Amino acid sequence: MKTRALGFVALAAVIAAAIYGLFVVPADLNQGDAQRIMYVHVASAWLAYASFGVTALAGIGYLWRRDLRFDAVALAGAEVGVMFTAFAIWGGMMWGKPVWGVYWQWEDPRLTTTALLLALYVGYLLLRRLPDDPARRAARAAAVDIPIVHFSVLWWRGLHQGPTIGDPSKILNPSAPLLFVAALMAMVAAFTLVWWYLMIRRYELARVEWQIEEHGRLGRITAARRAVAAATSEEPAG
Amino acid sequence: MSELRRAAAVAVAIARKDATSELHGRQAAGSTLFFAALVLLLFGFALGPDSQRLTDAAPGLLWLAIVFGGLLTVSRLHQLEADDGALEQLALYPVDRRAVYAGKALAGAAAMLVLGGLLLPVVAILYAIPIGAAWLPLLAAVVLGAIGFAAVGTAYAGLTVRLRAREVMLPLLMLPIVAPLLLAAVKATGASLSGDPLGELGSWLQLLAAFDVIMLVVGAGTYGYLLED
Repeated sequence: MKTRALGFVALAAVIAAAIYGLFVVPADLNQGDAQRIMYVHVASAWLAYASFGVTALAGIGYLWRRDLRFDAVALAGAEVGVMFTAFAIWGGMMWGKPVWGVYWQWEDPRLTTTALLLALYVGYLLLRRLPDDPARRAARAAAVDIPIVHFSVLWWRGLHQGPTIGDPSKILNPSAPLLFVAALMAMVAAFTLVWWYLMIRRYELARVEWQIEEHGRLGRITAARRAVAAATSEEPAG
Repeated sequence: MSELRRAAAVAVAIARKDATSELHGRQAAGSTLFFAALVLLLFGFALGPDSQRLTDAAPGLLWLAIVFGGLLTVSRLHQLEADDGALEQLALYPVDRRAVYAGKALAGAAAMLVLGGLLLPVVAILYAIPIGAAWLPLLAAVVLGAIGFAAVGTAYAGLTVRLRAREVMLPLLMLPIVAPLLLAAVKATGASLSGDPLGELGSWLQLLAAFDVIMLVVGAGTYGYLLED
């Protein structure tokens, strides 16, 4: 019930932030309306990295504690992170076409490394989809995920020196009016609420999936036992 | 100290075993090399007969061929054992898993080095680039690239060898990870071929070396978990 309330609050926050960013804040002098994309773009990018951070911590947690709840968190982080990464790249491309003239700017290291990161996590999710024993799958996924995260940290540290949250110099002029900053912050806050909601929902879903899997396995074991018992009890009679 | 020496002995023994089986089953290594050379030939067709364009693209094409051939090489190193049912024994050896990893990575690096070393003259002939003058930095780039690729590939091949979809999972998981290696190796190769006018060769080789060290450490740390199941 609480989660549902969070969902409605998140939805309302996104709508409010979108109205504010689209209609209240004026268009940027240089970039025009395209600059409004940045509110969504920066918010998605920030949550993409937050998700992958959560996945990494959950992976380490799983290897340490061997508790499948950590694995469910890791899955939620990876899946939600892939969504936000794709959204960030898409938003960046929509912004890049009018401002840079191309969708894909090869000279922007942030775009190319983010695309690689997306590929890494899509691979991670595909690996997780292969049918396997839950504990083995979790250990395997965690072992794959940790080097990935190590790398993404390396890229972000090595190739770009910039603030952790987006790159304000690119989005906002140094003398950016407070209005723009407020629109950005509102969207980041709204997206973070959405992120929370999605993480909780995906975690719950992963737990249910696991229970179904477990239930199915137990069912098969009981059925096999029953069949064996039936066969052995019939034997002396027949 | 004796602990370390023991681990080194284990690693060398595993690498030697892999090298022996590789040399005896010669056709597998040979066909990988032939495949990579064929890729280089096809790049020539794809880019057209403009020799200047081929020369410009040569470092990138060389490393793409090494990557494609390398994917086959590293997957084969674990595949042989999986086919013979020897993977469980490898996992059950009462030795440090990191020593097993080191041995596998050593064998992989040696195989990659042979692949890269033999592809260099192929590139020189097909794309008309002079490798003779710059052989030392080129060799350094190939050695460092081979180590890094084997370091990543050993860990990932150990993971994917038991998967049903391993043919697609290995490249899918591995290629994004080796992308920085590819970039640095291509830049280092290009710099050595052009006589290093910008003086950037050293820093690209350093980046390659750093990649190698990081991947060896990470690979050794995770290999135990991957071998576990």
